[in-house]
Amino acid sequence: MNKKAISLTVNGRVREALVPPRMLLSDFIRHELELPGTHVGCEHGVCGSCNVVVDGKAVRSCLMFAVQANGTEITTVEGYDTAEGLHPIQQAFWEEHGLQCGFCTPGMLAAAKELLAANPDPGDDEIREAISGNLCRCTGYEFIINAIRSAAKAMREAEIQKTLQPA
Amino acid sequence: MKPSAFDYECPTDLNAVLAMLGDTETETSILAGGQSLVPMMNYRLAAPERLVDINRLPDLDYIREDAGFVAIGALARHGEIKASELVGRHFPMMSEAYDWIAHAAVRNRGTLCGNLCHADPASEMPALMQVLDATLVVAKATGTREVTAQDFFVGTYETVLESDEMLTEVRIPIPEAGTGWGFEEVAMRKGDYAWCTVVATLRVVEGRIAAPRIAVSGVGDAAIRLGAQEETLAGAEPTSAVFEEIAAAAAAAVNPPNVEHISADYRRDLLRSLLPRVLSAAASRVAA
Repeated sequence: MNKKAISLTVNGRVREALVPPRMLLSDFIRHELELPGTHVGCEHGVCGSCNVVVDGKAVRSCLMFAVQANGTEITTVEGYDTAEGLHPIQQAFWEEHGLQCGFCTPGMLAAAKELLAANPDPGDDEIREAISGNLCRCTGYEFIINAIRSAAKAMREAEIQKTLQPA
Repeated sequence: MKPSAFDYECPTDLNAVLAMLGDTETETSILAGGQSLVPMMNYRLAAPERLVDINRLPDLDYIREDAGFVAIGALARHGEIKASELVGRHFPMMSEAYDWIAHAAVRNRGTLCGNLCHADPASEMPALMQVLDATLVVAKATGTREVTAQDFFVGTYETVLESDEMLTEVRIPIPEAGTGWGFEEVAMRKGDYAWCTVVATLRVVEGRIAAPRIAVSGVGDAAIRLGAQEETLAGAEPTSAVFEEIAAAAAAAVNPPNVEHISADYRRDLLRSLLPRVLSAAASRVAA
C-alpha cells in the first residue's frame, strides 16, 4: 500500500517521513523517530502507557495512525524537561516515589500534564479520575496521586513567584 | 497486534467521502475517532481495505442548538460533548453518563457518532439516544435519510447503516419542561463497558406517570427500549411497589449474555436492582 508523506512537530522539532498507512503513531514515535520513552503496553487502548500529547490533548498513540498525525504538534516524555531540568511533574514523581518500574510513567505524565493545564488545583478525586485510564502495576497509585498533587502545588507556587518578580 | 495493510484517504469535503463509500468494490470504513475501530484493527477483528479519514472535515465538528433539538456532528468528540454547557443544560443525563464512558484520553478522540455506529451492546450512548428519542441523519452520495435511534440498532456491532452510508449527525430533541430522568450503571470499573446500564425519562401528570421511556444496555445483543414495561408504567402511580413490579418484569424479559465472570442471572439481578432506582430518581427529578 502506498506510503504517505507526513510532516509534524515532535518535541519542538519538525519531522518529515514517508509512512505506510497502517503504521501506528506509537510505532512511528518509537521506531522511526527513535524516541523510546513512549511505552507500548496493550496496543488496544486500555493501559494508557503510550499516551502522548497531541495538539494539547492526551491521546493513545496506539489508537492513532502516524499518517493521521500529519500537521500536528506532539509532545512525548522526551520533550517535557526544560533547560532548567526536569518538568515539575517529573520532579514530583521522582520526589514522591511516583514510579517503581517506570513503564506506566510516560502515560501517567501525559495524563497529569493535560489535567494540570486545565485545572491547576485539582482535588484527589479529580486526580484519580484523570489517571483512571492509565494502568500501573507497581505503585498502588497512591504515590502517583501524591506526586500529581505535589506537582500542582509546585507549579502554582512557581506561577506566583513569576508574578512577584520585578519586570 | 498490528493492523493489516489498508489504503488511506483523507478527503477534505463530505461529497468526496460519500463518493468513496459509494464505490462498494473496495471494503471501506470511516475513520473518525478510531477508539473502537483501531483496537479491532490491531486485533485484526476488522481489516478494511480502505480507511476514509474524516478528521479533516471540520464542518462535521459541532454541537449546536437548532429548532427544538441539539445537533451533534460526526466529528464531535466525547470530551467536547461531556464538557458542553449546552448538552449539560438540556441533557444532564448525558453529562452524568459520560462519567462512566471510557477515560479522558479516549474521550479526547472518540466521537458520539462513531460510538453509535460501532453499536457495542454494552455501550451507554445507544441506550441514552433511544430514551432521548434521537434522530440519526444518514448520508450517502445520492441523498440523506433519517433513522430513529430506536430503529438504528440491529444487534451486536450491527446497525441499519448500508456500506455506502455514513452517520453525519445526531439530533436530540430538547425534552419537555418537567421531564425527569435517571441513569444507573454497574461495570467492573468506571470507564469499562457496562454490565448493566439503565436509563429512563418520564413525566408525572396529576400524580400519574406520563410518557415513560426506558432503555437498557449490557443485557442483550443490543441496547433496547423496554416497550412492554413502558406501557405498564404509563398512567401508573410513581410508587416503589410499581417500580419493583416493572423491574421484575423487565428482568424476566431480557436475554443477557452468559459469560464466565458474569452470569446472565447476575445481569438480570442488576437490572432488577437498578431499574427501581432509575425510575424513582426520574420521578423525583420531575419539576413541580
